[in-house]
Amino acid sequence: MEISFLLNGETVTADCAPTETLLDFLRLRRHLTGTKEGCNEGDCGACTVMVTDEDGTHSVNSCILFMGQLPGRAVRTVEGVNGPDGAMHPVQEAMVTHHGSQCGFCTPGVVVSLAAAHQEGRHDWDSVLAGNLCRCTGYAPIIRAAEAAAGVPVPVWMKGDGDRLPADHGTAPKSADELAALLVAHPEATLIAGATDVGLWVTKQLRDLPFPVFLNRCADLREVKIAGDTLHIGATATVEEVRKAVESLHPSWAAMLSRYASLQVRNAATVGGNVANGSPIGDNPPVLIALGATLHLRKGDARRSIPAESFFIDYGRQDRAPGEFLESITLPAAAPALRVYKLSKRFDQDISAVLGAFNVTLDAGRVTAARIAFGGMAGVPKRAAHVEAALVGRDWSLAAVTAALPAFAEDFTPMTDMRASAAYRLKTAQNMALRYFHDLAGEQVQVREVSA
Amino acid sequence: MSVYQPLPHDSGPLHVTGRARYVDDTELPPGALHLAFGLSPVARGTITAMDLAAVRAAPGVVLVLTHADLPFDADTSPTNHDEPLLSDGTVHYVGQPVFLVVAETHMLARRAARLARIEIAEEEPVLTIERALELDWRFEEGPRIWEKGDAGAALAAAPHRLKGRLEMGGQEHFYLEGQVATAYPQEDGGMHVVSSTQHPTEAQHKVAVAIGRHMNDVRVETRRMGGGFGGKESQGNSPAIACAVAARATGRVCRMRYDRDDDMTITGKRHDFRVDYDVGYDDTGRILAIDFTHYTRCGWGQDLSLAVGDRAMLHADNAYLVPNMRITSHRLRTNMQSATAFRGFGGPQGLFGIEQVIHHLAHVTGRDEIELRRLNYYAECEDGAAPQASATRTASGATRLSSGTGAAKRFGGAHSPEPNRPLANLTPYGQEVTDFILHAMTDRILAMADYARRKDEIDGWNAQSPILKRGIGFVPVKFGISFTNTQLNQAGALVSVYHDGSVILNHGGTEMGQGLNQKVAQVVAARFGLDAAKVKITATDTFKVPNTSATSASTGSDLNGMAAQNAADTIRDRMAQSLALKYGTSADSVRFENGRVTVGNKADLTFAEAAGECYEDRVALSSTGYYRTPDISWDRIAGKGRPFLYFAHGVAVSEVVIDTLTGENRVLRTDILHDCGASLNPAIDIGQIEGGYVQGVGWLTTEELVWDDKGRLRTHAPSTYKIPACSDRPDVFNVTLWEGANRAPTVYRSKAVGEPPFMLGISAFLALSNACAACGPNWPGLNAPATAEAVLAAVERARGQG
Repeated sequence: MEISFLLNGETVTADCAPTETLLDFLRLRRHLTGTKEGCNEGDCGACTVMVTDEDGTHSVNSCILFMGQLPGRAVRTVEGVNGPDGAMHPVQEAMVTHHGSQCGFCTPGVVVSLAAAHQEGRHDWDSVLAGNLCRCTGYAPIIRAAEAAAGVPVPVWMKGDGDRLPADHGTAPKSADELAALLVAHPEATLIAGATDVGLWVTKQLRDLPFPVFLNRCADLREVKIAGDTLHIGATATVEEVRKAVESLHPSWAAMLSRYASLQVRNAATVGGNVANGSPIGDNPPVLIALGATLHLRKGDARRSIPAESFFIDYGRQDRAPGEFLESITLPAAAPALRVYKLSKRFDQDISAVLGAFNVTLDAGRVTAARIAFGGMAGVPKRAAHVEAALVGRDWSLAAVTAALPAFAEDFTPMTDMRASAAYRLKTAQNMALRYFHDLAGEQVQVREVSA
Repeated sequence: MSVYQPLPHDSGPLHVTGRARYVDDTELPPGALHLAFGLSPVARGTITAMDLAAVRAAPGVVLVLTHADLPFDADTSPTNHDEPLLSDGTVHYVGQPVFLVVAETHMLARRAARLARIEIAEEEPVLTIERALELDWRFEEGPRIWEKGDAGAALAAAPHRLKGRLEMGGQEHFYLEGQVATAYPQEDGGMHVVSSTQHPTEAQHKVAVAIGRHMNDVRVETRRMGGGFGGKESQGNSPAIACAVAARATGRVCRMRYDRDDDMTITGKRHDFRVDYDVGYDDTGRILAIDFTHYTRCGWGQDLSLAVGDRAMLHADNAYLVPNMRITSHRLRTNMQSATAFRGFGGPQGLFGIEQVIHHLAHVTGRDEIELRRLNYYAECEDGAAPQASATRTASGATRLSSGTGAAKRFGGAHSPEPNRPLANLTPYGQEVTDFILHAMTDRILAMADYARRKDEIDGWNAQSPILKRGIGFVPVKFGISFTNTQLNQAGALVSVYHDGSVILNHGGTEMGQGLNQKVAQVVAARFGLDAAKVKITATDTFKVPNTSATSASTGSDLNGMAAQNAADTIRDRMAQSLALKYGTSADSVRFENGRVTVGNKADLTFAEAAGECYEDRVALSSTGYYRTPDISWDRIAGKGRPFLYFAHGVAVSEVVIDTLTGENRVLRTDILHDCGASLNPAIDIGQIEGGYVQGVGWLTTEELVWDDKGRLRTHAPSTYKIPACSDRPDVFNVTLWEGANRAPTVYRSKAVGEPPFMLGISAFLALSNACAACGPNWPGLNAPATAEAVLAAVERARGQG
């Protein structure tokens, strides 16, 4: 297919397979070799580029970004972060001056991530760089460089990509209605939103995707809005968009999302994709279940709504018919007792061993309702029904929580894998319930809140 | 003077703009081919049938090679000739290359490689220490055993005994640039190989044998690596040989780069170790004897495991004078990736063992850990023999660049125990320690880190914090510098001055990000009185400087810096003689300073004018330089000798916090004082220290290698193998260079820096262990890596629940 997009300020038109990755296009066809392949699965960030569209400029991993996602958008690589006359971007200058590069292989990705943050005026370096692995420096000099460049104005050549987006002549659906009709005609289609999971089907499993349908041009599918006491999340809203939306509504969820993959991945990945792919270790489904969220599915013009937990039937099996798609998610805009705990080997950008979402309702010190859900503990994201039952009707006390702990073993028989042992998973799920009690009591329970 | 200056990395501007070219970045000519290995899915067995028809028929496939198709001896091992490029019919680990696909693109080669049908008669793989011992699967005829004094008798006579075991995991290098090489066939049948390797000469030799040629037919070139860390010392041989073999067979340029999952599945990693210890000590906490037993899983091939095991033994003493020590080292063969070099090369594993001994001893005796360390340290060497740096170092270097509180001065060691130990300052391997400075460095770091006050504050905080606990840990490091394979302690360089005064430099070391080229250029520039920027650095090239050693063992700047200095001095002396003769004065009155050459009081020339005049006078303005490390000798079987020219030192204090409900943990603050001698480039050295520390913490915390019971590595991508991310660095991270000069006559009295700081990460592990110990009265028995799961288990053991 023919794809037009802006590349480092110039419109390019490429004839390529829709599932060719942008990284391969840049390196093999354009010989723009500044962008590196480190892992080819979106984990290391050496391939980071900036993508600009109507929603702004974001850093993304080009190794799992398909060409089919690019029509009408703009891409800026490390070569385009450099000025047209060879002048260095302030981030580049600072990276040299502050010794931010050693072997240099992660450096272009770091530079692009920092340039994107510089553009936005962001200073939360740990978030900005969570998706850029560096094996040489220990990051300290990179942070010094970021801080040194922060006050310098954005160079003129970095501005204006958003005003010069080429027309989108792509064939991807432009609305939920178009998508619904297309899927009725082609139920075999592979839906691709952010491609942060599907991308690996191509780069690692070497699969062909015979009928890819790209969702990122359906503007009405990515709306996030509050209506009364309900938060509406369009299925293709990115995780980063949702993180921002829930920052004040559900701070504990937002805090978890700040550790969800990396900024590059969150800028592409969608909450709908995280639900619809049915992974037992997706981080959003347990939260949605704990919030009592409703999933809105659509096939053609027929719509139905189901509780989030009933979507996940079994490992690898979801309640979604051929030709049907997840259109949106609704959930309460407030849940003051919601707490979300993500447990993984590394804090940032790591798949959870256990993810627990707790949401109890108290009335005069008594538990009147409890929604507790876990990821990583079963073949699906799952409620802890026995634990909930053990709590409801009891006075909310450490004794009550402790008494409910044995029920975890009735709810879950977790497995052992490279992330954690079964025993550890069960133990920490129980301990998360204890943490939850102390957390609601206002005690300090997170190591990330401690400083020397 | 250009040395001692905190100059940026010479490739910095290229790195940040994306212009720095790595092997996979160079454009290939039309018709170039790409390679991928087909890998064994089985850990141990014999191939009974191999159907490659579908591979050969796959789109874009030009050639498929098996072991039988290799015309010459294609072996990849650096030591033992036991690693055929492609399986000889037996398979020894999951991921062993079995066949080689040559195709039109990288992706087509990868796709085709998955189409093979291989039948293997499987045997039970040997995966554990216990099983390997049971079968006596090992390298060498038995364990290596070195002894000082009589450990058995001293243990039997000791008033107190302590026994324990420490397990530590291996480590994936995770160089950001995977293994990669390109081979360009030459008109005469020779081969030009561009490789991401730390050891171009070895690649040259292995390629030459594999294509039936001599070394003078094979040119290996390495401009830079995207990270090495030891992982490209021998592991780069395979792709280099594969490319050369395929290029010879097809007559076309061949490139091979491993996909990341393939890279992690195929290549060797740091050796994991089990260290058993039996310690005898007296009432004061003085260690009288230790019997150490090391067990390491070396994987299927010998690779560098003997030297790694040796270096672990050579660091079993770390900073401590132990009168009686026996070290028994088992280098076990297993059906896993062949474990290989990784920053520290066994040193960290050996050193970690005795640090755990002291830590454990403090726990059981209730004594202060640091006092125990000082009590058992080697005697300080404060004799007046320490030479000063040959030039004054500006204070700007370390002080300004340090993120901490400024330069350290040596001071008295007021709190040190009496330095009156009656024992000779001898290591277990018989080398006299003559440059020990850790007493003073310890005093200094404790003051800089405000250790005593913080330790009290942490104890108080822990008493009122039921869920979160903090801990503080200290580690000293004494690391021996020189290759223990003595022949490797040599280097060559080639320096040329053009008649316009520009200078070009080539040396045998390789650049993997450590700033070696910049340091050596600073040395050469200093000899000519030039700015470092005036010296152009070129790719390592086996046709320019032959018979090079691997860039490893931290020796890069020591060896190559000195060789380049010697080359530059040869030219400088020739220039001085020529100019002295021309202007009628003596050669020793010619000065090379500040970009000028003054010939007594007769002439004051720019360097370019001087070079031009020398050229006109027919002076040879090009010279090789050579260096061999003096004063070393080593008998590795006896475990006796003087393997190291000198020791590099460092000390670190780390503070951590743990969550006793989940085991989650963080490093909160780190203070480091490190000894680089008279640092050639304080900025680059601080970079090595910061990076080495964080890599060391990664090894001991989040980086966990998991093999299943079939021998399949389950952590073969960054999605499952977790190196430190940005937020894992300590929030407060103070690194300061010790102000001092190397007592050994190294280049500008500097010290090697690549590996020693890695071990400073052990301070974070000890801090974690202390935080666990704060949860209960029992020994927490924390093992490495201290993942959240391991920490939680240690908390439970401390509480007596484990």
